[in-house]
Amino acid sequence: MKDGDNVNDGDQNGVNPTPMLDQLEDGPWPSFVTGLKRLRDTEGAQYAPMMNDLLGQLNHSYETRRGYWKGGTLSVFGYGGGIIPRFSEVAGDYPASKEFHTLRIMPPAGFHYTTGLLRQLCDIWEKHGSGLIAFHGQSGDIMFQGCTSENAQIAFDELNEIGFDLGGAGPALRTAMSCVGHARCEQSCFDGVKAHRGIINKLLDEMHRPSMPYKFKFKFSGCGNDCVNAIHRADFAVIGTWRDDIKINQEKVKEHIAEKGRKYTIDTVVSMCPTRAISLHDDDTLEIDNKSCVRCMHCINVMTKALSPGDDRGASIMIGGKRSLKIGDLMGTMIKPFIKLESEEDFEALEDFAEEVMEFFADNALEHERIGECIDRIGVPAFLDALDIPADPNMVNHPTTSSYVRTDDFDEEAAKWFERKATESGMVVDS
Amino acid sequence: MNEMKAKPRMPDEVGVPDPKPFMHPLSIKNYGTWDYHDRPRAGVLRHVAKSGDELFTVRAGTQRQMDVYTIRKLCDIGDNYADGYVRFTTRSNIEFMVADEAKVAPLIEALSSNGFPVGGTGASVSMISHTQGWLHCDIPGTDASGVVKGLMDMLHSEFIKEEMPNRVRITTSCCQINCGGQGDIAINVQYTKPPKINHDLVANVCERPAVVARCPVAAIRPAMVNGKPSLEIDEKKCVCCGACYPPCPPMQINGDDSTKIAIWVGGKHSNARSKPTFHKLVVANLPNNAPHWPEVNAIVLRIVKAYKKDAKHWERMGEWIERIGWSRFFEMTELAFTKHHIDTWTGSRKTMNQSAHVHL
Repeated sequence: MKDGDNVNDGDQNGVNPTPMLDQLEDGPWPSFVTGLKRLRDTEGAQYAPMMNDLLGQLNHSYETRRGYWKGGTLSVFGYGGGIIPRFSEVAGDYPASKEFHTLRIMPPAGFHYTTGLLRQLCDIWEKHGSGLIAFHGQSGDIMFQGCTSENAQIAFDELNEIGFDLGGAGPALRTAMSCVGHARCEQSCFDGVKAHRGIINKLLDEMHRPSMPYKFKFKFSGCGNDCVNAIHRADFAVIGTWRDDIKINQEKVKEHIAEKGRKYTIDTVVSMCPTRAISLHDDDTLEIDNKSCVRCMHCINVMTKALSPGDDRGASIMIGGKRSLKIGDLMGTMIKPFIKLESEEDFEALEDFAEEVMEFFADNALEHERIGECIDRIGVPAFLDALDIPADPNMVNHPTTSSYVRTDDFDEEAAKWFERKATESGMVVDS
Repeated sequence: MNEMKAKPRMPDEVGVPDPKPFMHPLSIKNYGTWDYHDRPRAGVLRHVAKSGDELFTVRAGTQRQMDVYTIRKLCDIGDNYADGYVRFTTRSNIEFMVADEAKVAPLIEALSSNGFPVGGTGASVSMISHTQGWLHCDIPGTDASGVVKGLMDMLHSEFIKEEMPNRVRITTSCCQINCGGQGDIAINVQYTKPPKINHDLVANVCERPAVVARCPVAAIRPAMVNGKPSLEIDEKKCVCCGACYPPCPPMQINGDDSTKIAIWVGGKHSNARSKPTFHKLVVANLPNNAPHWPEVNAIVLRIVKAYKKDAKHWERMGEWIERIGWSRFFEMTELAFTKHHIDTWTGSRKTMNQSAHVHL
């Protein structure tokens, strides 16, 4: 079928036929089509006609292999972003879903809900929206999908009144994500909720009134397993780590080996250590060379009872992750190998650093340039100078292999390194 | 009423909600003091706190795009069989937390009998992380929720069990921006033809310098077409990425047959063992045959099976391939290696084999 064919004959009751979508109702996985039809078939519901036409348009997309939504401009009073406007290009055939906007709403950090809270969200969206909610979008928002222009304000007002706020869209600070963290995970090395709320709520104005060169995303993972995919997806990734020794319970090591076998333990723990920092003694106790350990989490993942992160915990900060556009894929680069995250002052220092990085981004990035691209353009050393961050070998896989580097102030830079090392080791340095 | 309209309500800028009021009481009590965890069965986690408290989590798959009836059904299950506290994972699975182990089995039964598969933990194929597609995106080349439903129907038995070598994270993306993200297997739209320009609309709809600046290969330049300011494309330079389409919708990148699907493998977010990696192209030009993507699904299944059969415990997809070599991967999956698999972008020399190491 091509564009322009009459696709909206409908049956006698005015229900749009959905032969393509009907094929997505069988099978063991929950069907979103069945859900959409439940909304369509709710007699008397204000959203039923909208969902009938939404299903019609979606089926039409399946037949023509084209999308039919276009963007536009829509916001709520007092804010400049957070709503994704969608206007149908085939509203002539499907008039009831001609406006089908999404409200991006920031969830509680770590995605925790009570059933009572979820029911409140459903009640509001049933009154003013389509009855369709996504938990969650790739942005980390609750996506309240399907709202008329007229209802966007009242839906937001009611969500706002029960403690929810709009998320980010456009060239702005975006909604952040954090893992389950301290609420349920022994591997969590810092209070992700505290860092997440501290940073976003401090910089909130940058979310609600978009005025940055481009988007800026924070993500918080409690350990190197990085359950919220921060290194790939965040401009500013905070990844939990520790700087003392991995904690070993040798009795539990022996129990693990007794249960799983010595060969299996060698194959899956000792041999898989990326820096060959683990050895297994003949008496089935484990030894770890902590100076060589890179906090990758693998052995702790395998032996959850026997091994755990050390007690001197905090986080690494990696900056500049993003997908292809425009210069190609970038992962976050190690910028702060370790910051302590325990006291109020530690968290305030993190918030201040986040603000400094955002300011650097606002002042230096070109239009539509992510911070990773900006750093790529100027070089990491210039970024470090701008933020007054000392160079650290953890920032690189290896030192430069190129001789195209100007080193006339090498001695001054080396002096700074030795001075920093002396200060770190507690020595008093003459100024 | 009129008074209210005259004086609009200012937003209460509350920011990120505090999750503490919505956390299970044992999460509050043992916040930051957990000791270890294990998995009594697929889909169930047991976390033990230093206080000795145990918290059981039952994880179930959802369709992500949920109607209020589905959400209320999950709430009913949460009230009747669990403790009323839930959370969602990064991959849109729902988790029910319960303090009493005796609640676990009836909760699993209630979820399963209501059509919510219990699983997605450990060495399983978890729910596919996906995008919006034709349902809501303004630039999609294909659907998201629909094709994901088809894929998860196929992979359902690997979701409810933990029989893979390690976890398998699959993503789909409905354009090359790749909002679905990196994955052990990534299934992404891949455009194959330069955009078709509607020159009548460009001047009014597009900010032309911004569109020119957006192109990663400098293939777009301003031009007068039929007496109107428009844009033209050097089609020999164009890499068909679609980057010009969002800022300039008259540069239509999607075509009935030219919008294809590519499959990528070996992306990994975690730092466990090897460093995080990007996924790598393995096959392109597959037809966009929604709703079921049969050609795509067949190859995904082939890759999953080869990995399941040959990888060692704890090896992720990319680590497995790193060990066996790409020659063996293409051989085992019966896929073709072509010149298009060889990177030409900035930094590509670092992706070449600059050694005498070969897999023969």
